[in-house]
Amino acid sequence: MSQKIQLALGQMEAGQTGTIIQILGGRGLIRRLEALGIRPGKKVTKLSSMLFRGPVTLRTNQTQVAIGFGMANKILVEIDTSA
Amino acid sequence: MNILLMGNPNVGKSVLFSRLTGTRTIASNYPGTTVEFIKGSLKLGQEQAEIIDTPGTYTLEPTSKAEEVAAEMLKEGDLIINVVDATNLERNLNLTLQLLERPVPVIVALNMWDDTHHRGINIDTVKLEELLGVPVIPTVGVTGQGIRELVRRLPEAATPKVTYASSDERWAKIGDIVSQVQSLSHRHHTWRDVLEDLSNHPVGGAVFALLVLAATFFVIRFIGEGIINYVTDPLFNWLWTPLLMKLGLALGSGGFWHDILIGKLINGEIGYLQSFGLLSTGIYIPLAVVLPYIVAFYFALGILEDVGYLPRLAVLMDTLLHRLGLHGYAIIPTILGFGCNVPAVMATRILESRKERFIAATLISIGIPCAALQAMIIGLVGQQGMQYVAIVYGSLFASWIIIGLILNRAVKGFSPELIIEIPPYRFPPWRVVGEKLWLRVFSFIKEALPIVLGTVLVVNILYMLGVFDFIANIAAPVLTGLLGLPKETVVALSIGFLRKDIAVGMLAPLGLTAKQLVISTTVLAMVFPCVATFVILTRELGARDMLKATGIMLAAALIVGSLQNLIL
Repeated sequence: MSQKIQLALGQMEAGQTGTIIQILGGRGLIRRLEALGIRPGKKVTKLSSMLFRGPVTLRTNQTQVAIGFGMANKILVEIDTSA
Repeated sequence: MNILLMGNPNVGKSVLFSRLTGTRTIASNYPGTTVEFIKGSLKLGQEQAEIIDTPGTYTLEPTSKAEEVAAEMLKEGDLIINVVDATNLERNLNLTLQLLERPVPVIVALNMWDDTHHRGINIDTVKLEELLGVPVIPTVGVTGQGIRELVRRLPEAATPKVTYASSDERWAKIGDIVSQVQSLSHRHHTWRDVLEDLSNHPVGGAVFALLVLAATFFVIRFIGEGIINYVTDPLFNWLWTPLLMKLGLALGSGGFWHDILIGKLINGEIGYLQSFGLLSTGIYIPLAVVLPYIVAFYFALGILEDVGYLPRLAVLMDTLLHRLGLHGYAIIPTILGFGCNVPAVMATRILESRKERFIAATLISIGIPCAALQAMIIGLVGQQGMQYVAIVYGSLFASWIIIGLILNRAVKGFSPELIIEIPPYRFPPWRVVGEKLWLRVFSFIKEALPIVLGTVLVVNILYMLGVFDFIANIAAPVLTGLLGLPKETVVALSIGFLRKDIAVGMLAPLGLTAKQLVISTTVLAMVFPCVATFVILTRELGARDMLKATGIMLAAALIVGSLQNLIL
């Protein structure tokens, strides 16, 4: 069975995968992320984050996207934990 | 008829554009290469159609200035070729469905078709065509595959005019389409994945970036010096000098025409950096000193662009650039500035806020010397020792950072966070690299050479009229007092407004010390942009902000120059 752990994308470990549950931001942010294919229901894999609260790189579908640390913390993800 | 090429950023619109029209354009592997629309024409049967390449946009609700340009253009289109990245169907279809809601006929070019095979993506194009209700043609821009088919089927472009109540409904439809037409198969880990992982890693990425930059500098210097030592210098010394000497004798070894065309002889010989005639210095500086470095720089830049490295550098530099009121993506206009400040200032359009555009454009004008200026600095200051060149670059870099830190606090407005798509690494398509290099080198010759010759002419005439002595006497207190430079250098500094390479050339005969050379070239790099950059700054920032930026440049140049005079 899988447990449900929710984390902000910024808090995830590199290599972790999960499903986006919610984007905690204004309409502008939601629209810009959506345009890049980042929206609730999508699978995301966090690829890496830069030091000193630098940008977070993630993958949805076949695309790699880098977003600011602040934005990454507004994306709430349910982590896949296969056990 | 107007045909618009529209699509997400970095899907290959510019490559398709040059395939369709035979017009050369600059295409690269990063989002935002095209910041304004470019027109070309295509013969369609008897009719001549206008093809317009637009900046990439993810949605028809624009979020940056370049996207606004694209959304505006939509009103003028009679037909839209929607260029879709086949390896990224889902996200690209969002724009496609938005376009299909408009009353303009659409045809879809499913580009980068060859890449789908490597990536284990299979797309049923017949089914996709049926679901969208418009023609779908697989294309490969860089090889030209599918272009003829695309042109043949242009008349079939259709207007399904399906509208969606909300973006959720649109995404649901996209999900439905993708699940019906696309299947994924397993793929192997390739060298690209290894490199991509490495450059994403915070520490590995930084080391990798240093290696890439070091390699780039080495390649530029190797090619630049190679061309100078083995091509341009021999040509000038063995072919051009004897010709000029003969011409000089024919002109009577002196007099007005001799001075204008050949200039002053140095110990009875032509000194290409010092004679200052149209046919000696006027030709030598642009073709034998600057051109080799232009070729070298744009060759290296073209490869970096097409491999897809620059967006990764943007991610790496983001934290630093935020301190300067910018975000990582500002690294792209900045790097372009090392070639020429004009396209660099134009490329600041990819930045979202007014504050960022002002800071980026000002910092480029102050701290980023163009290739022409750099070639002359390396040529002239380098004669005294490379450590002096390093001082010039170090001063510029320090000013770039410090002024950025100050502007970030002083300029009102916001600096948004970075949000960019990172393209996959691609092997650079040599055709694209070659065409781009040719285009950039040709535009240097076409646009810079006449200004260089005009500048040399103006310099000669002003000398003859004695205007320079007048200016030099007025500026003497500032120059000698603050900067420790002889008053004659003001002439070179003011000519910098026309062409900075010629301005550095004018320093050559003054017999400056190494310290004076360092100060004068640093001040020259910082103080004013050249006239071409001035025009673009005014266009992009507006007259008021341009004047503000110019004030900052003047003040910064005087402060840095005085500090160098005190410290060195």
